Amino acid sequence: MELLRLATAGSVDDGKSTLIGRLLFDSKAIFEDQLASVERASVQRGHEYTNLALLTDGLRAEREQGITIDVAYRYFATPRRKFIIADTPGHVQYTRNMVTGASTADVAVVLVDARKGLLEQSRRHAFLATLLRIPHLVVAVNKMDLVEWDETRFRAIVDDFTSFSSSLLPVADVTFIPMSALQGDNVVDRSERMPWYDGLPLLEHLETVHIAEDRNLVDMRFPVQYVIRPMSDAHHDYRGYAGQVAGGVIRAGDQVVVLPSGLRSQVAAIDTYDGPVEEAFTGMSVTVRLVDDVDVSRGDMLVRADSGPSTSQPSTSQPSTSQDVEAVVCWMVDQPLRQGGRYAIKHTTRWARAVVGDLRYRLDVNTLEREETAAELALNEIGHVRLRITAPLMHDPYGENRTTGSFILVDEATNVTAGAGMIVSD
Amino acid sequence: MTTAPPTASQTQPLGHHELSHLDALESEAVFIFREVAAELERPVVLFSGGKDSIVLLRLAEKAFRPAGFPFPIMHIDTGHNFPEVLDFRDRRVAELGERLIVASVQESIDKGRAVEEPGENSSRNRLQTVTLLDAILEHGFDACFGGGRRDEEKARAKERVFSFRDEFGQWDPKRQRPELWSLYNGRIRKGEHIRAFPISNWTELDVWQYIERENLEVPEMYFAHERTVVERDTMLLAVSEWIQPRPGEQAYEATVRYRTVGDMNCTGAVESSATTVPEIIAEVAATRITERGATRADDRFSEAAMEDRKKEGYF
Repeated sequence: MELLRLATAGSVDDGKSTLIGRLLFDSKAIFEDQLASVERASVQRGHEYTNLALLTDGLRAEREQGITIDVAYRYFATPRRKFIIADTPGHVQYTRNMVTGASTADVAVVLVDARKGLLEQSRRHAFLATLLRIPHLVVAVNKMDLVEWDETRFRAIVDDFTSFSSSLLPVADVTFIPMSALQGDNVVDRSERMPWYDGLPLLEHLETVHIAEDRNLVDMRFPVQYVIRPMSDAHHDYRGYAGQVAGGVIRAGDQVVVLPSGLRSQVAAIDTYDGPVEEAFTGMSVTVRLVDDVDVSRGDMLVRADSGPSTSQPSTSQPSTSQDVEAVVCWMVDQPLRQGGRYAIKHTTRWARAVVGDLRYRLDVNTLEREETAAELALNEIGHVRLRITAPLMHDPYGENRTTGSFILVDEATNVTAGAGMIVSD
Repeated sequence: MTTAPPTASQTQPLGHHELSHLDALESEAVFIFREVAAELERPVVLFSGGKDSIVLLRLAEKAFRPAGFPFPIMHIDTGHNFPEVLDFRDRRVAELGERLIVASVQESIDKGRAVEEPGENSSRNRLQTVTLLDAILEHGFDACFGGGRRDEEKARAKERVFSFRDEFGQWDPKRQRPELWSLYNGRIRKGEHIRAFPISNWTELDVWQYIERENLEVPEMYFAHERTVVERDTMLLAVSEWIQPRPGEQAYEATVRYRTVGDMNCTGAVESSATTVPEIIAEVAATRITERGATRADDRFSEAAMEDRKKEGYF
């Protein structure tokens, strides 16, 4: 069974909570005691119906202020897949939360109210999903019951979205589904009231959308996370480089280069607790041993040495290794980002310090216009910056590798994560 | 639609370069273990003897073998344990050859650091926080691995994998650090610490499927057995030193098992005939009640019981 990470974004008005409630309820991931607790709370607060939105607003701190703080994670499974939903609220700190929830998602669900059509908020959701390179986007045209299941209305929204999305970065795969989350049409079961729709209901789409090819399985990237040295008699000379494969496939016998030093060696073995494996691919946590006693430590990266034309391997590009990085940054704290600002930066398993060389432009997430005269990035704003880093980062464009193309900026005084960055090709 | 998710042994084969959900969850957890060990000076792994912490110890083996764990194992002993859990703990730690620290709630009470809550058969659940925070200070720990899962409870659903605690051990849901990709931020100042939850994204079912796949031993109380119980607040509590039938309550023999391991006086059993891990998996897949709702009196005080305890520094 495969794992699929899903990001949903939107406000209560879109019917997002109802949609999630229905997915969880119909897949039996909501339990009787949770439902009873929501029913009790609904009565206490004078709601006329069992408000499934109460399942998703969890904390008293939130209820007291009538806001939703943050990303909540929900889980459900069908016989075909296990799902992790990163559920982000629509209102305050919207961008920060959606970027957080979207960073690891395979699929984003953007809700559109069929009566209202494509609003600014839906555009913003779609833009952020695209910026974060979520490979699959579902535009859920909800509340079709309130427009009499009208195909023309649905088609108009599809056309509207299609013309809007042509102005975005390349969107890998968009699926439009007309539905009524409230009545359950095209969520889990196919709607009989929209015979004109010949696609899949949402859940079946989520169960079958092909995500295995989304990862980069060509360019081998192995950020060294931890050096395992047992210091015991039984394993006196053992020295293993532990980490999670961030791209491609690494095989025993591969010729590799250690970056940034440029030293070359060969993979002696790939160890796991359950014994050695012949190869490890993107997403696997393993321990790599090298033939030579070269100096390798946390923060270094193993990549495959350029292979000659005689091998059957696909040619392997090397990551850029440089102290200057161009990136789109989403700002997440009150203290704004300005030119000259200094931060700690974490990229793969490497910490360094970064100084903001230049804020090239701020992006208006509603109009997608570039404001080139902007002097700062405030909370929830997105902009293109150039950073100078104290140590070289071995990086790829975010569009080619979401792991080696991303970083966080951390405020050195408070240690708070202040920004999220996506590297663009230089 | 059908609802019984397949057990680990029944899952369809995946393509050549695809990870099964258990492999993906395992890899993520191993990554988290290594990240904490690399970024923090003095971590510790909390172990209760329950299924989640049993899984944690296996994941730590996966992360660090053939080396020893770069941290000790710590048990917060409430003094109200199920005896078989303590036996299990000592046996497991000896098998692993790792170091165990026991921090005792009774000692905290004896030293006057913690005060037993009033009333017959009061829970020591809240008092564990005092003992835990004292132990963190005493040993200078800057990170604690815990077996918390986001599917357990709604406060946990919003907690980070690297959960920042201030110098009072408090969790502030409004001041959580954004957590993106797998870029965990473990930077802290002296006196602060990180609670790290490697199995945040696991569900109860995932835990049991993993126990089955890894062939992990769990305390016998997880399997159906005969026990003398009383029914109280719709829970079945084992009659013991701390629980005696009150007037009007009838003690009786029942075939039960435990879904969680907590204190004897606040952990309820559920009626069950599951005597093997596959039978437990089938039962968990079909159940309609959350494990905490079914079995933990400590979580029932209010809608926000867990949230309140977490803010004070609870696990």
